[in-house]
Amino acid sequence: MPASRLTRFFYRVLFYLLVLAVFIYLVFPFYWAVVSSLKSPQALFQTPVTYWPSPPRWQNYLDVFTMQPFGRNLLNSAIVAGATTLIALLFGSFAAYALGRFRFAGKRPLYYAILSVSMFPQISVLGGMYVLIKALGLYNTWWALIFSYMIFTLPFTVWVLTSFVREIPVELEEAAYVDGATPLQTLFRVLLPLMAPGLVTAGLLAFIGAWNEFLFALTFTVDDRARTVPVAIAFFSGASQYELPWAQIMAASVIVTVPLIVLVLVFQQRIIAGLTAGAVKG
Amino acid sequence: MAQRLSLSARRARIAWAFLAPAVLVLLAVAAYPLFRTFQLSLFRANLLDYPLRPEWVGLANYAYMVRDLYWWTSVKNTVIFTVASVGLETVLGLGIALLVNARFPLRGAMRTAMLIPWAIPTVVSAQMWRWMYNDVYGVVNDLLLRAHLIAKPLAWLADPHLVLPAIIAVDVWKTTPFMALLLLAGLQSIPEELYEASRVDGASGAQQFWFITLPLLVPALLVALIFRTLDALRVFDVIYVMSGVNPSTMSMSVYARQQLVDFGDLGYGSALSTGIFFIIALFVVLYLSVLRVEVD
Repeated sequence: MPASRLTRFFYRVLFYLLVLAVFIYLVFPFYWAVVSSLKSPQALFQTPVTYWPSPPRWQNYLDVFTMQPFGRNLLNSAIVAGATTLIALLFGSFAAYALGRFRFAGKRPLYYAILSVSMFPQISVLGGMYVLIKALGLYNTWWALIFSYMIFTLPFTVWVLTSFVREIPVELEEAAYVDGATPLQTLFRVLLPLMAPGLVTAGLLAFIGAWNEFLFALTFTVDDRARTVPVAIAFFSGASQYELPWAQIMAASVIVTVPLIVLVLVFQQRIIAGLTAGAVKG
Repeated sequence: MAQRLSLSARRARIAWAFLAPAVLVLLAVAAYPLFRTFQLSLFRANLLDYPLRPEWVGLANYAYMVRDLYWWTSVKNTVIFTVASVGLETVLGLGIALLVNARFPLRGAMRTAMLIPWAIPTVVSAQMWRWMYNDVYGVVNDLLLRAHLIAKPLAWLADPHLVLPAIIAVDVWKTTPFMALLLLAGLQSIPEELYEASRVDGASGAQQFWFITLPLLVPALLVALIFRTLDALRVFDVIYVMSGVNPSTMSMSVYARQQLVDFGDLGYGSALSTGIFFIIALFVVLYLSVLRVEVD
């Protein structure tokens, strides 16, 4: 019947319009950051607002590195997030092996204790952590951040990896044991290769978490020796207090977001699996 | 000696050896600082003193906290922020999850787009939106003016009545996709046969939603809700970057950090931190008791 086909067509159009609206809602702010990052000061501060940078001013991207210590901030962020991820994965896979494979008294309470640490509000340890970091002489260094970031990366890593270890068939390890392998050899030679997808998932989420962290970075660093990208972007300053260098801020925003978007594009499935494993499966 | 231990005792020893690094690190970065913060909340101390010269004051910091109007303002702001943002995210997230659960071309692109707000650092998204909210050159005012939804540009971040809603809108933008992904995973675990059977029985789409989708989505919904609530209660980044320490927006975390770091009041700041800890611990207990059903 033509009438029902017409309604079906109408619903179809409505559906795609809705999809389009959601898509624009999700992506527009990032589009706007890109457009603003390519505008000249005149185009940026002009009304009415223009929706396309013509001509694009690539100079803004160079200014980020010459007029701000942004290269240093990027280096700090890369080192802090990289080291945090590696340490969390190493200690996390040890712990996941124990929790996923061994029976022992106190396992369940320990599992819950580790889990609950990941839900700590960071503010609740801020005072004690500050005093500790000062006492250890780590203030304003990469280590202050790597150390403190363990509080949110390690529990999560243990959690995700434990669920992966549980899914690996036990027979493979038993064969290794029969051949006389020690538990450590079994972990490194048999389990870790099989856990690769889990390591990628947990590693990505740990890296993104550390790359984006703000409160500790803000509190445990004072200058560009250890200051990471989020703090730098929050504090970008221009010629005067009232003239924020918006084009540079947007250029820096795009620079730190693009690698994350590439990671997300490449590892979409893994990230979604990790997020839903973390929150839904427990 | 080792041979006399039973197999299970030997296995337990190995397990603890593997757990040792993670457990020791967590004791150092979580348990100890938490304990130290509790302890410092009973003293008066200045953050900048080194070594610290703490002076015992008992519960005086807590007594002050109960009467501190700024603290209660920050509690009020946090509650408004949490209820509004988590509520909106749930409704919008459910809508988006239902939309993306349908089969259509470019669905993959849509799922990728959903991860973009999630992957952008909170500080970066806060700065992006700060620029979009600019009262003179901002795109938000421009779009609303073009659509004739407002008559003149609004000062989103300067008007004390608008600034908290404006920040909530940023949080909703950033975390709705995350909510949608969690709910999508829940939707995809609902067996297709249920829908087929109900279609045979002549159920309408709305009936299917109310009697199949929603009830079966409750566990995923509940977990996502508590997860997001915990996150919203400790909110810091987006509020701090968009409006600094400002009574009309400051959350509990923003206020506690100001006392602790900016004012160097280690004792009172620690008391505030401890207060936040207990408020959130309540929700963690709730969260774990919901999860308990699902862990082996």
